[in-house]
Amino acid sequence: MSARDNSYSAVMARSNEIMKASVGMDYDDYISSPIAFDYERMMRDTGYSHEEIVKIQAETKVGNTPLFELRRLTEAVRKISEPGKGARILLKDEAANASGSFKARRAALSVFEAAKKGFKGVVAATSGNYGAAVASQANQRGLKCIVIQEVYDSRGVGQPEIIEKGRKCEAYGAEVIKLTVGPELFYIHLLTLEQTGFFNASLYTPFGIRGVETLGTEIVEQVRARYGQDPDAVIITQAGGGNLTGTARGILAAGAHDTRIVACSVDLSGLHMASDTDFNKKSFTTGHTGFGVPFATWPDRADVPRNAARSLRYMDEYQLVTQGEVFYVTELLTKLEGIERGPAGNTSLTAAVAMARQMDRDQIVVVQETEYTGAGKHHNSQLSFARENGIKVYVGDPAENVPGKTIVLPERLEQVRGKAQDMDSLRHSYLRNAAKRHPVEAWTDEDIAFLAADIKSTPDWVRASLPQGE
Amino acid sequence: MAKIEKGSWVEIEHIVLQPEERAQNLPEDTKKTPYVMRLSGFLTTDAEIGDEVTVKSLIGREHQGILKTVNPSYNHSFGPTMAELLHIGIDKEEA
Repeated sequence: MSARDNSYSAVMARSNEIMKASVGMDYDDYISSPIAFDYERMMRDTGYSHEEIVKIQAETKVGNTPLFELRRLTEAVRKISEPGKGARILLKDEAANASGSFKARRAALSVFEAAKKGFKGVVAATSGNYGAAVASQANQRGLKCIVIQEVYDSRGVGQPEIIEKGRKCEAYGAEVIKLTVGPELFYIHLLTLEQTGFFNASLYTPFGIRGVETLGTEIVEQVRARYGQDPDAVIITQAGGGNLTGTARGILAAGAHDTRIVACSVDLSGLHMASDTDFNKKSFTTGHTGFGVPFATWPDRADVPRNAARSLRYMDEYQLVTQGEVFYVTELLTKLEGIERGPAGNTSLTAAVAMARQMDRDQIVVVQETEYTGAGKHHNSQLSFARENGIKVYVGDPAENVPGKTIVLPERLEQVRGKAQDMDSLRHSYLRNAAKRHPVEAWTDEDIAFLAADIKSTPDWVRASLPQGE
Repeated sequence: MAKIEKGSWVEIEHIVLQPEERAQNLPEDTKKTPYVMRLSGFLTTDAEIGDEVTVKSLIGREHQGILKTVNPSYNHSFGPTMAELLHIGIDKEEA
């Protein structure tokens, strides 16, 4: 038996065949050009109805999470708002899912599909809550699990939050491959899939995204039942885009067409995501602009040939918040609402506080997730780690936040303001990225229709905005 | 050096890629460092720290690497108290 060439270049060259075997679907069935593909058919072909997904998730302790009204936080916001302003803030407590985050929804359907297709195990490449979610779901379906994480810088130092996430995966009995900083994680991912023949429980398959749809549907149903109206805005933390895509699809499936879909990320602009020295200078390991913006403006940079998470397709607004604002609001949630939750999950809560101030009192804004908290995954851990790594932490004006240099905790609630990104510049950026993959002159009407749908715009807008000189 | 017994829970380290074998387009600082993997598992033979060993992971897969740590543990914590957080939410305007 001749051994396969496992060098970096040889494995990367086998990427397509490894992916095909490990996801159990052929993306070529949907792709019609370097740009266009049949997204809706790909999503439909997962073959699960909404009711089936609800049932599959209920079997493994996922879904039907509580929706809390944050009464005291709403009151606090109203106190600093103009008369008549200050929307009601609701919080979907996704920490109640098995493994402690909404990622269980994403893992549940993937792992069910893997078991159904006869795979013996699942592999997930993630430093986020998704690893624990997949491990927890794999246990409940009797499958083995491997989690591949970017954990350490070259000194062997890891952020407390990532260390905790690794611990949780190992606690569930997963094999955890812990790596230093770098995009070569994808190489290890491919090699592991090939060596094991396990299912690729990628965050970005149609199964992963369809699993999140139940979250959007539940929100609409719960708000309607209790308040007799649809939510006016749902705020969703944006990283790879799956959270937003799945939730928005669920909201639309429930018929809430006027609900505004708002993305939110922690602003980490200026930090390089593949830099060994920047790695431990950020206090958020996900839900930040280092993933949120690149994935919004070009989803097909994921570990599957075509990404099922296409956030610009559904996004109405994109808010940015600072690390200091999120830590402040996390502490405020604890003190005013009597629940401790992890900071990353409170990114959207931070934007909700800022937005509620601008919205009318009779409106409803929903914070779409929370995550578990504990040692490492706690704002005190993250702030003290930041200080140890030379970041200046102080109380003051959050406008002084500089990613990688300062974290400024607001003095008062009214300083929590967030910042809206210009949606059209995100759309232009998406088109420029598309032009890099396929020259503008070669774009067909079908490509333009696809691009328009993918950025929630019109073919006329795309034609009027064609990138020049790419 | 003390012998570590077969079956012990240990952590190994393995250099996956030397700096010159790494991906193109890396930032300068990352380019200079090797790409390193760490993994915990049960030692398959008696060995000493620094030996090239094989471990069996929690799901039973075998991996090779340099034996680094015996009984690797998680010591992450809540960190030293950040007094800056303590004032939040107890002032009149917020409560």
